[in-house]
Amino acid sequence: MMKHLFRRRAEPEEGSMSLLQESWMRLLSNKGAVAGMVFLTILVLTAICADLIYDYETEVIMQDIPSRLQPPSLKGHLLGTDEYGRDLLARLVHGSRMSLVVSFSSVVLALAVGGTLGAMAGYFGGVIDNIIMRLTDVLLAIPMTLFAIVIVAALGANTTNLTLALGASSIPIFARVVRASVLTVRQAEYVEAARSIGAKHGTVILRHILPNCIGPIIVQFTLRIAQAIYNTAALSFLGMGVQPPAPEWGGLLASGRTYIRDYSYLSIIPGLAIMSTILALNLLGDGLRDALDPRLK
Amino acid sequence: MIRYMIKRLLAMIPVLIGITFLVFMIMQLAPGDPARLILGENASPEEVKELREQMGLEDPVLVQYFRYMVNLCKGDMGKSYITNRLVASEVAARFPYTLKLALVSAAVSILIAIPLGIIAAVKQNTIFDNTCMVLSLVGISMPAFWMALMLVLVFSLRLGWLPVQGANMGWRSYVLPSIAIGFMNMAAIARTTRSSMLETIRQDYVRTAKSKGISNASAILGHAFPNALIPTVTVVGVQLGGLIGGAVLTETVFAWPGLGRLIVQSVNARDVPMILGCMVVMSVSFSVINLVVDLLYGLLDPRVKSMYA
Repeated sequence: MMKHLFRRRAEPEEGSMSLLQESWMRLLSNKGAVAGMVFLTILVLTAICADLIYDYETEVIMQDIPSRLQPPSLKGHLLGTDEYGRDLLARLVHGSRMSLVVSFSSVVLALAVGGTLGAMAGYFGGVIDNIIMRLTDVLLAIPMTLFAIVIVAALGANTTNLTLALGASSIPIFARVVRASVLTVRQAEYVEAARSIGAKHGTVILRHILPNCIGPIIVQFTLRIAQAIYNTAALSFLGMGVQPPAPEWGGLLASGRTYIRDYSYLSIIPGLAIMSTILALNLLGDGLRDALDPRLK
Repeated sequence: MIRYMIKRLLAMIPVLIGITFLVFMIMQLAPGDPARLILGENASPEEVKELREQMGLEDPVLVQYFRYMVNLCKGDMGKSYITNRLVASEVAARFPYTLKLALVSAAVSILIAIPLGIIAAVKQNTIFDNTCMVLSLVGISMPAFWMALMLVLVFSLRLGWLPVQGANMGWRSYVLPSIAIGFMNMAAIARTTRSSMLETIRQDYVRTAKSKGISNASAILGHAFPNALIPTVTVVGVQLGGLIGGAVLTETVFAWPGLGRLIVQSVNARDVPMILGCMVVMSVSFSVINLVVDLLYGLLDPRVKSMYA
């Protein structure tokens, strides 16, 4: 019997795939998710290579008043110039870096803090769970954008504080998601086995529990980045985020708003950039949800 | 049900204490001296110190918080550092504008999105369904403040049909802000209604109802729809809550005289009592909406109702 078991493990059936491979194949069969992935890959590469495409000091920041408010054209500036004569495409390209860095960092921060709190709440239960969940109740009772605004109001408007504010406002959501996921596997036999051989709590959580409930966390991570892109743009639009002359999509939209009557491209183009990125992240998030949902296996 | 309601109302108290405590403590980190802000840069240090003592700012933070809470229970939210007007009366004057706008946009989005979701589910995989779903995906990805700007560009600046901003032109003032806020909600509600309807129209009881000879419309509206409502109500609740927070941006674009714009103005002016007052009212509204949604579950689903008993 033992021999048989070992043989079966050592020689997997031909054509069988790991869960990860299965999920990946399911993701690739979803056209929307693939389109989202392609768009995001191009966007991330553009953000990484932004300095190679446009020089920050001379093309993004430096003013060129004689060329101000030139409409989009194939011969001159492809997407036109802003009120200070700066190329809108150059500012969009560098703005993508700012939007992505702020959004990504804020969600990583939220995942690190919220995930730790959620894992502790789910794993230990009892008083710890109660305290952490009541704290998240309070945080969830404050509309997220408002909470971020209050933090920026207190700390001052700059990129670091914006990242902190957005991260802090997403902490309760990750705490909830991770807690719920941990609760589903906490009683599993392999967790009990790990505990019975004397593994420390940290090891059990990090090596045995979290890898087995990573699906919902990945999905939430993708969708929260979409929300963070929105909030980054929103706060910069209100003048509480990235400060000019640094380019950020929401800030570009806010400055273009003044000229909306005669130079509407200054408002339309940054908005399209924000919308396309959120759309791509939503498509990818939906695709990941379908691919990682165990009910579909 | 009443017991559950009372329990939920009581449970709101610690949450509200938590919210006020958190916001109060965060605002303590705000740079600048309120006394200096009120008296101006030319005031002497003695005058500033005297006013700080008068305002109780020399007391420990916890004492200040306790005093704020005692006053809040009496309906006193303090005075604005900038205008010296009572925060409570300022908030009370602005809140109806935010509430009316939220209700109008909620009504518009619900009335359009639910029928769209039902038709899309019934006509699954047709052009109508695909168009609705693509539009709703675009809708949930479109920032409301950008949508607001685009609406202003087309309907106010180009066509001249509707006012650019303000709330003083009767129903015409509500059209663009409510669409701007409601469009994203509409998309989310339509998507949820469609997927929940797709599940219920395939249930045995709907097939049984049809086999008994009732019309397709009665089977869908009378049997499937009520059972598909729970997820829709959840999303409507979440979206309504979002209207309160989202109002900040749309109200700024449309110069709407509501709480959202007031809070942005107060943040820019570092008017702490006004920020606190707005946050308390907005968070209470948010909690009340969540409570109402939970109670609606009980009305819609007898199984949930029996849990309350």
